[in-house]
Amino acid sequence: MPDEVAAHAEQLADQLQEMILIREFETRVSSLFEDNELPGFVHLCLGQEAVATGACWAIDDDDYITSTHRGHGHSIAKGLEPDRMMAELFGKETGYCGGKSGSMHIADVDQGMLGANGIVGAGPSLAAGAGLSIEQSDEDRVCLSFFGEGSMAEGVVHESMNLAGVQDLPVVFVCENNQYGEMTPAEDQHNVDGFEARGEVYDMPAETVDGMSVQDVYEATAEAVERARDGGGPSLLICETYRYHGHYEGDPTTYRTDEEVEQWRERDPIDTLEASLVEGGHIDEDEIEEMRAAARDRIDEAVQFARDSDYPDEEAAFEGVYTEEI
Amino acid sequence: MPEKSMRHAINDALSEELARDDSAYLIGEDIGKAGGSFAVTRGLHDEFGGDRVIDTPISEAAIVGSSAGAGLTGSRPIAEIMYADFMGLAADQVMNQAGLFKYMFGGDVTVPLTIRTVNGGPGSNAAAQHSKSLHGLFMHMPGVRVVLANTAYDAKGLLKSAIRSDDPVVFFEHMELYNREGEVPEKSYTLPLGEAAVEREGADVTVVATQKMLHYALDVASSVADDISVEVINPRTLKPLDVETLVESAKKTGRVVVADESVIQNGPASYIARRIEEEAFYHLEAPVEVVGVDDTPIPFSPPLTEAVVPDASDIETAIRGMPRL
Repeated sequence: MPDEVAAHAEQLADQLQEMILIREFETRVSSLFEDNELPGFVHLCLGQEAVATGACWAIDDDDYITSTHRGHGHSIAKGLEPDRMMAELFGKETGYCGGKSGSMHIADVDQGMLGANGIVGAGPSLAAGAGLSIEQSDEDRVCLSFFGEGSMAEGVVHESMNLAGVQDLPVVFVCENNQYGEMTPAEDQHNVDGFEARGEVYDMPAETVDGMSVQDVYEATAEAVERARDGGGPSLLICETYRYHGHYEGDPTTYRTDEEVEQWRERDPIDTLEASLVEGGHIDEDEIEEMRAAARDRIDEAVQFARDSDYPDEEAAFEGVYTEEI
Repeated sequence: MPEKSMRHAINDALSEELARDDSAYLIGEDIGKAGGSFAVTRGLHDEFGGDRVIDTPISEAAIVGSSAGAGLTGSRPIAEIMYADFMGLAADQVMNQAGLFKYMFGGDVTVPLTIRTVNGGPGSNAAAQHSKSLHGLFMHMPGVRVVLANTAYDAKGLLKSAIRSDDPVVFFEHMELYNREGEVPEKSYTLPLGEAAVEREGADVTVVATQKMLHYALDVASSVADDISVEVINPRTLKPLDVETLVESAKKTGRVVVADESVIQNGPASYIARRIEEEAFYHLEAPVEVVGVDDTPIPFSPPLTEAVVPDASDIETAIRGMPRL
């Protein structure tokens, strides 16, 4: 689709830069984890960058998102800074949550990032709540709710989609189908042929999108966001994508073949976008290398910032449980 | 002072807080046009409209989960869960979401969420799935405040404070106390979270009692007054718990009974007993006696219910069993 690339070349180049940054962040986290420099669990979104970038490109700074345990890409796409994210992964006091959240619960509510979430399927109900707040205050905002296809088997996701439907809430449910719920193939977990039916039963527009195409994700999200802002209620997007790494770092991924991974890598959201931008003469190899170098520098700085930061004082462990007495 | 039912007192508190704060709204099952399963929200839908008194599908997890999300984004939701037993369906939203956000997100955010729910029901023979007292479960969740409606006066003043709190609060009403009347001031007032009330002063035995047990305890204190001087304490809130008032009374009387309709094992009464024994040990004539439900579901048949659920006679037996009276 050279014409379409030409029409959006500038935005696509910016989106490419962001996806390269997400990939660099995740790749670095993987090696830091392997080197035992990071405590805890990490779940990486390598391969799924186009969903985070494409969807968040369609919303404004004051809109909201809810995220998942695989949330680093969503956070970067919502505008969180890699240095404070990395510090959080290190458990340092300069992290977004002062070292209390780690990878699985990063949040910056002031930036509209209502949290990664360690509970599968938790995001959609929080998103419905953000939608209720928006309706209560008669604002023009929306909330994107990212969740994996594994969440489609959680009851609260259905409750939340139904509630959002009956209340016409300005929520876009963005289902990332990365083909595996934890370590079991999606087809063994859901007795449906595709997930659009899950939106249709709640009478909300549902669309399956190529989650390896940032432009496709962006366009579908923009349409759903516009509908939500206009009072048209919630929508469901199913973004077909793939998780290059395992469910968690260290997962031996014995449940899938190298050939399958290779087939998805041929559709890599970054490689394919680079190729079409170069082919159309919109950017050249040097500019791509500059983007990569810029991302490496930024993540180098983030890692250095995290390493140089202090751990929180022990007293902090007992602070922030409650607000002051009323 | 005029007498009002607890139902009426709670309705007044909700109405006053909705009028006071535009960011507050009610959400729950049948609370709007139907006026609530126990008629607690009657009239509020007409007064404030469907946008602020929101009827939902039968979806406890989404009611509480959406309220957690709304609390994070500038609203002050007041959710109703029809029975405490149904809180099981929404427990994750309190235990892993609302209760953790402030701490987990670094301390700066607030989740000003109130969940009203209803303990009790054994006296209505509502049986095992509609009768439990479950405040103890939520005392076990860091970040969550736990408040009891024990009298009509308390219910109004404490609910208003719960709603104004910037922390998540689970506010437990009691099915068998809704019709009970008590003195309630006409003018607006709040009661602080974390202050117990000495409902009756006495010298020989302290009875710390919650909800229906509080009213039994007051009846027993009157009926045994010729023999035994009983002090009755209403803890009002369980988290925060006013340990100081309980311990002061325990030191004075040297004998303590804690009566609460929850399961005893790892329950609120056991916890209160431990706190008193820890801080008043050398003043006590005997270990603190606990009255509650002994690790049994609530049965249906009336004689079985009576066997399981404590009443005034159990409190009197515990009082009379104290040594050297």
